[in-house]
Amino acid sequence: MIWFVAALIGMGAVAWVFRFAGQAATGNAPKFRDMPYGVAYGYVLGVVVLAWLAWAYMQGRSEDTAIANKFFFLRIAIEGFIIFAIAAWVFRLFGRSVGTAGTKKLFRSMPLTASFGILTILIYAIFAIFAGAIAPYGQEQIIPGVAANVIPGGDPTLGGNPDFPLGTDQIGRDILSRLIYGAQNTVGIAFATTVLAFLLGGTLGFLAATLGGWLDQLLSRAVDVLMAIPSLIFALLLMTIASVWAPQLGIPLTFFMVVIIAVIDSTRVYRLARAVGQNIVVMDYIEAAKLRGEGLGYLVFKEILPNATAPLLAEFGLRFCFVFLTIAALSFLGVGIQPPLADWGTMVRDLGGFVNFAQFAPMAATAPLLAAGAIALLTVAVNFVVDWMLQKSSGLKE
Amino acid sequence: MGNVLTIILQRLALGLLTLLIVSIVIFIAVNLLPGDFAQSILGQGATPEAVASIREDLGLDQPMVTRYFQWLGGVLQGDLGTSFAQANFASFSGTTSGATTIAEQIAPRFGNTMFLAMITAAIAVPFSIILGILAALYRNTVFDRATNIFTLSSISSPEFFLAYILILFLAVLNPIFPSLSNIFEGMPFSERLEKSMLPALTLTLVVTAHMMRMTRAAIINLLASPYIEMARLKGLSPMRVIVKHALPNALAPIINVIALNLAYLITGVVVVEVVFVYPGIGQLFVDSVKIRDIPVVQACCLIFATAFILLNLTADIMSILSNPRLRHPK
Repeated sequence: MIWFVAALIGMGAVAWVFRFAGQAATGNAPKFRDMPYGVAYGYVLGVVVLAWLAWAYMQGRSEDTAIANKFFFLRIAIEGFIIFAIAAWVFRLFGRSVGTAGTKKLFRSMPLTASFGILTILIYAIFAIFAGAIAPYGQEQIIPGVAANVIPGGDPTLGGNPDFPLGTDQIGRDILSRLIYGAQNTVGIAFATTVLAFLLGGTLGFLAATLGGWLDQLLSRAVDVLMAIPSLIFALLLMTIASVWAPQLGIPLTFFMVVIIAVIDSTRVYRLARAVGQNIVVMDYIEAAKLRGEGLGYLVFKEILPNATAPLLAEFGLRFCFVFLTIAALSFLGVGIQPPLADWGTMVRDLGGFVNFAQFAPMAATAPLLAAGAIALLTVAVNFVVDWMLQKSSGLKE
Repeated sequence: MGNVLTIILQRLALGLLTLLIVSIVIFIAVNLLPGDFAQSILGQGATPEAVASIREDLGLDQPMVTRYFQWLGGVLQGDLGTSFAQANFASFSGTTSGATTIAEQIAPRFGNTMFLAMITAAIAVPFSIILGILAALYRNTVFDRATNIFTLSSISSPEFFLAYILILFLAVLNPIFPSLSNIFEGMPFSERLEKSMLPALTLTLVVTAHMMRMTRAAIINLLASPYIEMARLKGLSPMRVIVKHALPNALAPIINVIALNLAYLITGVVVVEVVFVYPGIGQLFVDSVKIRDIPVVQACCLIFATAFILLNLTADIMSILSNPRLRHPK
């Protein structure tokens, strides 16, 4: 309690000094005179944090390896942040000057976070599609004559190998190749699952909205029950059962996983599609189409779907993130995408122990963090883009 | 007030009904397994007589409906059955030596998980509300944008990424907290707290983002209303306007989102417990999934679902109680 009061007084004093100094330096400018203590303290805090980051960055470049190792990750993080910011800025500049008038206008009003998101998604898409051409080795290839657990970094004195810039994993496969193939497997499977969830949930949701009656009641109550079970827990339960069935039926477990997660996630899509659909169904043009004698298929696909695209598209991004994280979590727990397919969640689990060596061999800890970071980067990117889209469409400006 | 009571009772009844249906769903899902317990425990060389006798012992020869009600009756009396891994044959032949029941296995772990969830809530709830108020107060400034980017990033990162980052910085590079949470019974509270700090911080990062964004949005939603305009015009400071005038009205959605996030903690806990080897119920669940210990999986699933439904129910009831408009539905 005493410490708390002392800290408050200290914060106030810091803020007062900053404001007083500002007033003295600028000749009592209104900006400083009317500044609340909280804001003044915030400025000081911001400056201190920035200064500390700069200091830490210099420490990370220090000659002494013990100190440099300690700040290695902070240095990488700061460098990465700056590089990404510059890349996003250049990409936005590029988008503003190249392309049709429409895309130019789009890029002009875009915040930096959104352009970062779009750039990242594009890069991931390229890696996922051309993984076979980009990756130096095969994803399941155990290269003869190469040791297992080669340290990333490619420096022979530290236990690296220049042929394997990110090292090799526990049975001697190239981590860089597996990371690149991981884009294809993890992202591809998550994408397929999301599409399936949308086909299922969207169709049923629109049907329920259009037809109403007992079908609507039946589906909605079923969805209520499915949503009452936490999704990761339910997925784990069903995966346990699927893992017994899969070898008996001769169907790969990954296929079961796609179906299970798609069904669990389609409940959320169903809710949204039904709500959006119900708002559209009462419109006059639907009434007109019904009077014209159009069939159910025409109503759902030609009248409702085009008018529901915007909210569904934003939901698609969010659902994709969610599915992607669920699959990663399942793989991390060892019941998701099965080896020998390269997959980021599994890689984190297999290499995770190396984080504990970070103090002595920082490069060793980068491999699991890169795999986990690859997952995080994509979901963050998609979220940035969705956030921007939602803000644009709803006008949440305040 | 009688009206509110009826609504709450209705919700409670609905919650119980959902719980019942969920238990049926879990039971049916487990019974989709090919073969049965007797066969899998005896292996391939089992004689038909041995299989039949175990089946009879366990009541597996009875119809599914009867077995469901037997299971449900057992659960209601606190008997969750016997784990495959723990079961030994002696218990089947009549003597109950050695076999631990699932309830005994789960009880201490359940306590550990609740402890973790409570620490997380104790850190995350005040932190996110204060952060949300500050973000609403200094909206559209650098602070707001930085918080926005930070929370969006932490909400969309997988739990294990956040966990490893925290291990890297707070356990390996700067040994402040231990990276393994080996908690056991009879540990002094302070040591227990220290050991569960990293998992709690990870979970805090995961749930804070959502709560903070909701707090900010709920307050900002209200700022356009006339009574806030009035408060501003009579010369109150921005802080006072938000804390005294906007916050009480924004409380309903905030309470709701806190309860929902506590429900989310239940699922998030699984991955985090595995990373930090925290002896909670999530770890037991994942281990049982891996060795296909069906009775334990079934029991854990039921417990998770119950906690999830109860917290959602609480959120529902809280938002009814705090909002007069919901107390008188159309």
